[in-house]
Amino acid sequence: MSTRDTLLAACWALVVAHSAALAESPNLGAAASPEEIASWDISIGPDGAGLPSGSGTPQQGEQVYLAKCLACHGEKGAGKPNDQLVGGKGSLGPGQTPVKTVGSYWPYATTLFDYVRHAMPLNESKSLGDDEVYAVVAYILQLNGVIAENDTIDAQALPKVRMPNRDGFVRFTRGK
Amino acid sequence: MRKKKRPMPSEPEQAAGNGVLDRRLFLTGGAAAIGSAIRPDQLRAAEALPVEPWMKTPGSPFMPYGQPSKYAGKVARIFSSAPGTTGTGASRTPHHLLDGMMTPNGLHFERHHSGIPDINPEAHRLLIHGLVKRPLVFTLDALMRYPMESRIAFIECAGNSALLYQKEPAPLGVQPIHGLLSCAEWTGVRLATLLEDAGVDPRSQWILAEGADASGMSRSVPLAKAMGDALVAIYQNGEPVRPSNGYPMRLLLPGYEGNANVKWLRRIKLTEAPTMTKDETSKYTMLQNDGKSLQFCFAQEAKSVITRPSPGLTMAAPGLYEITGLAWSGYGKIAKVEVSADGGASWALAALQDPVLPMAVTRFRSPWRWDGGPATLQSRATDETGYVQPSRSKLIADRGARAAYHFNGIASWGVAQGGEVRHVYA
Repeated sequence: MSTRDTLLAACWALVVAHSAALAESPNLGAAASPEEIASWDISIGPDGAGLPSGSGTPQQGEQVYLAKCLACHGEKGAGKPNDQLVGGKGSLGPGQTPVKTVGSYWPYATTLFDYVRHAMPLNESKSLGDDEVYAVVAYILQLNGVIAENDTIDAQALPKVRMPNRDGFVRFTRGK
Repeated sequence: MRKKKRPMPSEPEQAAGNGVLDRRLFLTGGAAAIGSAIRPDQLRAAEALPVEPWMKTPGSPFMPYGQPSKYAGKVARIFSSAPGTTGTGASRTPHHLLDGMMTPNGLHFERHHSGIPDINPEAHRLLIHGLVKRPLVFTLDALMRYPMESRIAFIECAGNSALLYQKEPAPLGVQPIHGLLSCAEWTGVRLATLLEDAGVDPRSQWILAEGADASGMSRSVPLAKAMGDALVAIYQNGEPVRPSNGYPMRLLLPGYEGNANVKWLRRIKLTEAPTMTKDETSKYTMLQNDGKSLQFCFAQEAKSVITRPSPGLTMAAPGLYEITGLAWSGYGKIAKVEVSADGGASWALAALQDPVLPMAVTRFRSPWRWDGGPATLQSRATDETGYVQPSRSKLIADRGARAAYHFNGIASWGVAQGGEVRHVYA
């Protein structure tokens, strides 16, 4: 094979490889601006990136809780008729009946903010303001003994909260 | 030309204890050999077969969308909701009353976290953003112009069969115990195509998928799966995805636990790490004996269940029956299914009905001569990776009984003298 043929063959291989990697697409998505994205991008990971401004205390959160959460989650998060939010600490050990709550089981406090802002209260989700979400998160964390009564939860404080079961999770690997 | 003579055994070949027969029995014509003579109970008075009214008058008119026979009303889902809600909970597929491999759309199991949203498809948008070069927003009309692909895939809730973690066997049947499983042909756009349109930032390792329902149900999924066989499904068994299954579009992750197949898909965010949503931390994690929980167990392990005979379907009289059921694996194709009628003491290969597809349910069948006595029916699936469905006791010994999810151990149906079928542990 001549040098020229070798080069041609190499070029052709590149073309084939390129078209295989990038499948043909009609490319019909519209560009999304940061302003458009902001109202939908409400998920919060453990690093807290994207947490809104605002803040709340356990005391403020109690007021939100009594008005919006008590009917489903019981007094002070004791549960019934729906999920128990408080207690169960130390119930995950061998031979015990696990009581999985925010305090006993959830590994990240950011998840509580993310979930309440997405989904709670069930019958009027996305109705709480950011201060109310921070406050009710603070209340549930305080009931679980994770933060103190005088603590304030905001964008800086929330990702720093260390949950009791933070190290309780192992990535699944097949066959192990 | 002379036909090759096929041997016709006078006694069908017993393949395992307590009457399990060779899987080829129905195919080779051996069944005819057993049943060819008229038994005394088959004799009847010689009177004319009736000519029924529907044979003599025109039937009902056309209807825009077909409905099942009014006589098939029992072929329906059962459901339960969380306290104080009407649409938050789960409904279950009546596998004991179905056959074949495809689940009819009206009978596909459901799991909703805040009811079924009433989504106007013209207002629905799919946003792709995060670690991408060009954040994009798609309308349904735009996606409809993309090349489409189909995957025949099961979806199984990770909580399916969780009742078998209980100490005592729940006195229930296939539907309440194993009904959080269904199989459909899903057609849509490869998610990889849309992600390539947006330009994947090499730092991205995960996606967050979020639904447009009132709970904004969301899950993190490895980018590799999103760039692999994931679909944004628009059709379910050929028609638009049902509202209860994600209309106008859902994420389909073949083989993955149901919860990750986000319905009413509105947003994909590319991220470096998992978002650690409520459903991938406080739920869908498996608490083991040592107090640590397994997280991000996505693919459903090989599993099988006998759908007939099963509780509620009392066996009438001794004789030849077909044991049939479903087998599936989130890791590929089903390689074999074995059936036992003596509680696992002996096993026979079941026939696998074509097609046998990866990440789809496979229908298996096994002929069984019931002698009228007690029997314990079990099925055991092996997938193409060589993984063998474990016994219930082995699964619990390895993982503990507090895992709550991903129960894939062998299930047992006890047949009593007289033909009643009950859920048992064996």
